[in-house]
Amino acid sequence: MRGPGVLGALGALALGAQGARAVEEQPGGAHGGGHGFQVVTFKWHHVQDPYIIALWILVASVAKIGFHLSRRVTSVVPESALLIVLGLVLGGIVWAADHIASFSLTPTVFFFYLLPPIVLDAGYFMPNRLFFGNLGSILLYAVVGTVWNAATTGLSLYGVFLSGLMGDLNTGLLDFLLFGSLIAAVDPVAVLAVFEEVHVNEVLFIIVFGESLLNDAVTVVLYNVFESFVTLGGDNVTGVDCVKGIVSFFVVSLGGALVGVAFAFLLSLVTRFTKHVRTIEPGFVFVLSYLSYLTSEMLSLSAILAITFCGICCQKYVKANISEQSATTVRYTMKMLASGAETIIFMFLGISAVDPLIWKWNTAFVLLTLVFISVYRALGVVLQTWVLNRYRMVALEPIDQVVMSYGGLRGAVAFALVVLLDENKVKEKNLFVSTTIIVIYFTVIFQGLTIKPLVQWLKVKRSEHREPKLNEKLHGRAFDHILSAIEDISGQIGHNYLRDKWSNFDRRFLSKVLMRRSAQKSRDRILNVFHELNLKDAISYVAEGERRGSLAFIRSPSTDNMVNVDFSTPRPSTVEASVSYLLRENMSAVRLDMQSLEQRRHSIRDMEDMVTHHTLQQYLYKPRQEYKHLYSRHELTPNEDERQDREVFQRTMRKRLDSFKSAKLGLGHGATRLHRRERARRRNSSIPNGKLPLERPPSFTIPEKALELLEPEEAADDDAVSGGIEFLAAVTQDTATESPAGCDNPGFEPEEPGFLSRVPPWLSPGETVVPSQRARLQIPCSPGNVHRLAPFRLSTRSTDSFQPDDSTQGQAPARPEATHIAAPGAEATQVILDRMRL
Amino acid sequence: MGAAHSASEEVRELVGKTGFSSDQIEQLHRRFKQLSGDQPTIRKENFSSIPDLELNPIRAKIVRAFFDNRNLRRGPSGLAEEINFEDFLGIMSYFRPMDTGLDEEQVELCRREKLRFLFHMYDSDSDGRITLEEYRNVVEELLSGNPHIEKESARSIADGAMMEAASVCVGQMEPDQVYEGITFDDFLKIWQGIDIETKMHVRFLNMETMALCH
Repeated sequence: MRGPGVLGALGALALGAQGARAVEEQPGGAHGGGHGFQVVTFKWHHVQDPYIIALWILVASVAKIGFHLSRRVTSVVPESALLIVLGLVLGGIVWAADHIASFSLTPTVFFFYLLPPIVLDAGYFMPNRLFFGNLGSILLYAVVGTVWNAATTGLSLYGVFLSGLMGDLNTGLLDFLLFGSLIAAVDPVAVLAVFEEVHVNEVLFIIVFGESLLNDAVTVVLYNVFESFVTLGGDNVTGVDCVKGIVSFFVVSLGGALVGVAFAFLLSLVTRFTKHVRTIEPGFVFVLSYLSYLTSEMLSLSAILAITFCGICCQKYVKANISEQSATTVRYTMKMLASGAETIIFMFLGISAVDPLIWKWNTAFVLLTLVFISVYRALGVVLQTWVLNRYRMVALEPIDQVVMSYGGLRGAVAFALVVLLDENKVKEKNLFVSTTIIVIYFTVIFQGLTIKPLVQWLKVKRSEHREPKLNEKLHGRAFDHILSAIEDISGQIGHNYLRDKWSNFDRRFLSKVLMRRSAQKSRDRILNVFHELNLKDAISYVAEGERRGSLAFIRSPSTDNMVNVDFSTPRPSTVEASVSYLLRENMSAVRLDMQSLEQRRHSIRDMEDMVTHHTLQQYLYKPRQEYKHLYSRHELTPNEDERQDREVFQRTMRKRLDSFKSAKLGLGHGATRLHRRERARRRNSSIPNGKLPLERPPSFTIPEKALELLEPEEAADDDAVSGGIEFLAAVTQDTATESPAGCDNPGFEPEEPGFLSRVPPWLSPGETVVPSQRARLQIPCSPGNVHRLAPFRLSTRSTDSFQPDDSTQGQAPARPEATHIAAPGAEATQVILDRMRL
Repeated sequence: MGAAHSASEEVRELVGKTGFSSDQIEQLHRRFKQLSGDQPTIRKENFSSIPDLELNPIRAKIVRAFFDNRNLRRGPSGLAEEINFEDFLGIMSYFRPMDTGLDEEQVELCRREKLRFLFHMYDSDSDGRITLEEYRNVVEELLSGNPHIEKESARSIADGAMMEAASVCVGQMEPDQVYEGITFDDFLKIWQGIDIETKMHVRFLNMETMALCH
C-alpha cells in the first residue's frame, strides 16, 4: 500500500472526478515542510497505514449504508455482489487517477485478520443440534465432495489442455490439480453472505454452510500436497508421498478440530472465573478463539476447523457463564467484526481485480473452468445425495440438490490461496489468478443474483422464523427422551442414543467443571425459553406503559411497584376443578417462582442486572389489571364504578399521608410485613368467615411452597370466601400504610377531588392497552365475587396493620381492583425476603 | 420346513401390517426375545432390564405407553398386562419414518397417528384431555433429570405452557371462560406448522448393532 495511491483513493472518494487533482495537491502538503521548529507538522507517513485501514473500513461501511438506502436494490442483488462492483469501481477510480494498482487482498491480511472473525461467528452461533444431526452428510459433502470437485476439475482441464484447445500453456498435470484443489472448495464467506439473504430451510442451509466450513481441511491439505508436489516436480513424486498426503489429511483435520476443542475447554474454564473482571470478560472469548486459530495455523493444521470447533464447543458454557451484558457484547462484537470483515473482503475482491498485471486471458481455460466446476459440482451433489438418501431419515429431494449444486459459491479463500502461489514454481500463476477471479465473480454475482429467484421458482422449503414456544420445547424434549428410549428398547445405536449419552455425560461431568454453579441451575433450555417469554411479556408491558406516558412506574423503586402477583383472584367457586381455575389460582405461584428464580440467579450474577429485570418483570401482570378495570367498567353498575374511584382516591390520599409518616422507616419493615402477611393468610385460611381473630398466632415463617399448597384446599372447602382476597385486603392496608417512598403510580392518583364524577383516564376505553396474548388469558374476573367479597375486607383487615383513619377505611368498600394496586408490594417483599433468606 | 414356512408367512403379514421390512422385523424379534427372556409376551418388568433406560427421566411413561390399550388399539383406556411381539411391533411402528411418496392426506394421517401416541402419553387418565395436573406431572418428570430445577419451577413452566396452549387453542378467553385441558384437536393445533419428521422418527436399522454390546 503506497501513499499516493491511498490519497488518490481518498480524493477520488471525496471528490469523485476531481480525485486526480486531490492527489496532485496533497503530497505537496506532506512533503513540502519547511525548516526549523514548526507549530504544526503534517505527518502523513506517521499515520499512513492505520489511517488507510480505517478509511477503507469507513468506505466499506458507508457503502453498506448506501446500499440499504434502496430496499429494491438489496432485495434483488446480494450485498456481496454490490460490494464487489463497488470495489471494481473504486479500484477503477484509483487506477484512473494513479495508474497504479495499489491495493489487493493479501493472503496475510485475509487469513490472519479477515477470515477468523467470520468463521468464529459461524462457529459460535452454530445451531449445534442441527449441525451434529447432519454431521454425516456435511462430512461427506465436505470431504468426498471437495476431493471429487478438485480431482475432476483438475483432470478435465488437463485433458482439454492435452487436446490443445487452450493453446500453449506452460503447465503440467500437477499445476492443473493444484488449481483444481484451490478452486474446488465452496467458500464459507460467500455462502454465508448469499444464503443469509435467501432463507432456505435450515437443513439445506446447514448442509451447504457446514460443508463450506469443514472442507477447509481438505482444501488446505490438497493445496499443500499439490504445492509441494509441484515444488518437487512431477517426476519425483512417489507413492509414499501420496500416502503421506492422505495421512496428513487426517492429521490436519482432526488436529485442527482437537486444537479447537482444547481451546474451547480452556475458554469455558476461564469464563467460569471471570466473575470479578466483568469488563474484560468478552475479551477472553475473542482472544482465546483467535489463539486457537493461530495455534493451529502454527502447527500447520486446519485453522478454520480449529476456530469453528472452538466456537461450537464453547458456546454453551460461555453463554451460561458470562453475564448477560457480556453475552450481548460478545454477540454484537462478533457480528460486527464478522460482517465488517465480510464487507471488506468483498470490496477488496473487487479492488484486487483492477490490476492489469495479474490478468492473463485464456478464453478456453476460463470458460471450461466455469463449466467444469458447475457440472462437476452438480454431478457430485447428485451422486453423494443418492448415497446419502439411503441412510438419511429425511431424504434430500431433487429441489434441495439443485439448490445445493447452485449454492456452491467460490470466494475469497480461493483467491487468497491462488495469490499465495509462487510464480517461480507455478508458471501460469497469472492465468490461475485471473480465472479464479472470474470464477468468484461468476459464482458470487451471477449465481448470487439468480439463486433467490431460483429458490422461489423451485418453491424450496423456506425457513420460517418462529417465536420460541414453550409447548414446542417441552414436546421436543419429550420426543428426545422417547426416541432415545425407543432406540434403547429396540436395541440400536442411533443419533438419539448418542445424543442421549452425550447429554448425560455433559450434565454429569462437563457442565460441572465448565459452568459456574449458579449457571448450572438455570441452564436448561426449557427454562430459558420460559424466561425469554416472560421477559418478552414484561418488555411489551413496559412498552405499553411508556406509550401511555406513565413512565414513573418504571423508574419508581418503591416496593409498591415491585411485583404484581395476583392473589386477589376471585374464585369461580362453581368450577373449582377446572384448569382455568387452577391457572388463575397458580399463576401467582408461577410468576413468583420464576421471579424468585430469576432474581436468585441475578443476585448471584449481577446485582445491577437485577434492578433492570425487576423493573421489567414486575409489570408482567399489569395488562391483566388493565383488563380488569375495563371489564369491571362494563360489568359493574355505575354506582360501583363511582365507589371504585372513590376508593382509589381515598387510598391514594391515605397513602400520601402515610408515606409522609413512614418515610423514616427503613427495610426493617419488610420482615414484619412478611410475618404479618403470613399471619393474615393464616388467619384467613383458618377463619374463613372473615371474623377477626381473637388472638394473634405467633409469628412464624411458612415457606412459599406450603402456602401454595394451602390455597386449593381453602378454595375447595370454602366457596363463599376467598382467603387470598381477605389476605390481600389486609396486605393492601399494610402496603398502603407502609409504602416508604410514597411514590404512587400516577395512573392511580387523582388530580382533584372532583374527578369522581367523570370517567377516570385509566378506565377510558380509548386508551385501552391491549394485553399480550398470555396476559389476556389470565384475566380473572368475576363480578359476582366482587359483590360477595366486598364486605369482607372491612372485617378481615389485619389487626396489626397500621390504620391511620378508620373512618375513611370504613367508607371505602373494598374492591378487588383496588386491592390489586397495592398487593404487589407485599408480594415483592415476599420475593425479596425469600431471596434474602437464601 | 413347515415351521419356517409359517414363520416367513407370519413375517410377511407383519410387514404388511406395520410397514417394517422383514429384516427389521427379524432384528426386532431378536430384541424382543432378548427382552422377554424367550417368552412369547413381554411384561413391564422386562423393560427394567435395559440399562440405558435407567437414565431416561420419563421412562415410566414410555414403558407405560407400550402397554396402553389406546396405543395397542384395544380399547379406549386401561393398560394391558402383557404384550406380544405383534403389539411390540405396532408400538415401534409409531416411530417408523414415513414412507416416501405418500400424498398429503396420508402424511397428515401418519402425523396424526404419531402425535396421538404422544398425546396418549400425556393424557394418563384417558379422558381425552391433558389437564393441568397431567401436564405438570409430565413436565416435572421431564425436568427431573436436572437436579437444579426445583419442582416449583417445573410446575410453573407447565402452567405457562398450559396458558400458551390455551392462547393458541382458544384465542382470547372470556373472563369467565374455563380452559379445561388440551384436547387432541388442540394438541394438533399446537403442533401446527412444526415439523415432526425429524422429531418423531427413529431409523430402524437392518443390522443388529446393540446386541454386540450385551
